[in-house]
Amino acid sequence: MKKRTGKGAVCGLMIGAAVALMMSGTAYADPITVVSWGGTYGAAQDKALFNDASKNTGIEINRESGASMSKACLQVESKAVTWDLVVTGSGGAAAAAAKGCLEKIDFNVVDVSDFYPNTYTDYCVGSDVFSTVMAWNTEKYGAPGSPGAPKSWADFWDVEKFPGTRSYRANSVDGVLEPALMADGVPADKVYEVLSTREGMERAINKIRELKPHIAVFWESGAMQAQLMKDAEVDMITGWNGRFDNAKKDGALVGYTFNQALLDYDCFAMPKGAPNKDTAMKFLAEVSKPQYQANLPYHITYGPTNKKAYEVTTAPKELIEALPSHPKNVPFMLPVSLDWYAKHRAEAQELYMELLTQ
Amino acid sequence: MTQTASTTGQAQALNEVALAGQERREQWTLLGLSTPAILVIAIVVLVPVGWLFYLSFVGSDGEFSLEHYKKMIEYKSYARVFMTTFQVSLLTTLICILLGYPLAYFLAHLPGRWTGLFMLAVLLPFWTSLLVRTYAWLVLLQRKGLLNDLAMQIGLWDSPIKLVHNMTGTLIGMAHIMLPFLVLPLYGAMKKIEPDMMHAASNLGASPIRSFWNVYFPLSVSGLVAGALIVFVLCLGFYVTPAVLGGGRVVMVATQITAILEYRFDWGAASALGVVLLIATIGVLYLAGRFFKFDSALFGKG
Repeated sequence: MKKRTGKGAVCGLMIGAAVALMMSGTAYADPITVVSWGGTYGAAQDKALFNDASKNTGIEINRESGASMSKACLQVESKAVTWDLVVTGSGGAAAAAAKGCLEKIDFNVVDVSDFYPNTYTDYCVGSDVFSTVMAWNTEKYGAPGSPGAPKSWADFWDVEKFPGTRSYRANSVDGVLEPALMADGVPADKVYEVLSTREGMERAINKIRELKPHIAVFWESGAMQAQLMKDAEVDMITGWNGRFDNAKKDGALVGYTFNQALLDYDCFAMPKGAPNKDTAMKFLAEVSKPQYQANLPYHITYGPTNKKAYEVTTAPKELIEALPSHPKNVPFMLPVSLDWYAKHRAEAQELYMELLTQ
Repeated sequence: MTQTASTTGQAQALNEVALAGQERREQWTLLGLSTPAILVIAIVVLVPVGWLFYLSFVGSDGEFSLEHYKKMIEYKSYARVFMTTFQVSLLTTLICILLGYPLAYFLAHLPGRWTGLFMLAVLLPFWTSLLVRTYAWLVLLQRKGLLNDLAMQIGLWDSPIKLVHNMTGTLIGMAHIMLPFLVLPLYGAMKKIEPDMMHAASNLGASPIRSFWNVYFPLSVSGLVAGALIVFVLCLGFYVTPAVLGGGRVVMVATQITAILEYRFDWGAASALGVVLLIATIGVLYLAGRFFKFDSALFGKG
């Protein structure tokens, strides 16, 4: 008798639990996990995009830092995906997509009709446009645009006209070979054509080898770019424009030019088998709307990927004109070719490592 | 008489058999007691290492392939990275020995109440985060760092010298971080040396230098070798310090593995590097063992 009551109670509990589970499934969607980078970048996205989009859609989000396509791929391959949306560089997204780690974007949900061309692919949707620029110590070489200030990659390589130390990228070949070729006299629109042969890549590598004795430090991250300029450890450096603007706000004597810079974008990607795929796709659609992207420049000088954002933004004119995707700046830059990276990155990476370890 | 002798002999033989049996039982009990530990090691060490070996032979198409190893031969950068890794580890170990031996000697001969204080000075940095200590060296050594500023103010040199973002900075940072690993075992070995041995040596007419080299040093070698080995092996897999203080010029295996994972998502290539490092390390330790006979230091045999 006693035993039967026990069984009944257990049954009742189980049904109750099942009903509770079903209700929680229908009434509230699970929170989605959105992963970005640390520092000023992630904070800027929180303020401009995530907080407001979450409030307006009612979609709850878990915000995590430490976004990395290699970690996303690891989750996919070990079938333990916990991330729904992950921030990545365009090149990283392309590589992860080629490995089969990403979900296809549903363009019926996400509206990219007002996006700049080449700021989205089947597997990622552009979140902001940034630029790999040459920056320098303004105390040493003068403010950007002033007479005598460096203007082009040829000046970056000219250690007689601009004596001093340089800093270049460590460990990764992304954005490394293009400046070398432009410094070697290749016009911007021919850079990827030249780089598509082994000879072209070696030409770029040799040009960097020429500069190597003057490269005092190889940088590994955006945070390091900012730190090197704040400490005046090097005189001229390559890096991401937003990081230098933020370093300047912190008192660094640093300026940069968009001339011959590499135009690139960051994007949101979804690991294959993301636990809340549909909700995350809706959230992605929301943050891609112009009214959110329009707020980004207040927090970091990266431009919107949605053209309409320029129409609705309330940011002051000088801030808007300082953005990499502003129509005034774009003509000076070389858009990064994802196609080239998809085909040649692995080989170029090996060649660059040869140079770095010499 | 002869009968008594044979009875004693029988008793002795019986006794020996019983003793041997007891010893065997004791060994089995001990083995039984250590089974959980052995199982844990098998699961957390052997299985992942086996998986690492397996992955390193899987090509990009998912089939068995030697492509990762072939690439390591094709491109010289891999060999150079291994050279750098062993070079940095060896130099760090040498610096630690040069600094650590006198330090341990000093500590071992301090009067008791002072030992605690000086030991604290050795251990205190050991309790501070590795990252913090590494960045502290960056602040001290960089172009406009404290050291260059000070030296230029008092006129030691006129323009900043390059102390960091190169091999020099890496070795300074690594030696600082590794020093306690050498000092602690060495201090233990030195503490065990009877002071009477040195007295006996000088009593027999040896000069202080001679008694140090002939008596003291050989007795401390086991601690020195144990410490040096720990330092060397830890250095081989080091990541943070060379990455921060090497300025991208000191590329070690760990850095290379990170780059491969982060930018190429290529577990196979990264695993192959890990496998080669493991085998090279075992090889170097084996050769060193043949040379120094340090198994006594490691396993406590006489």
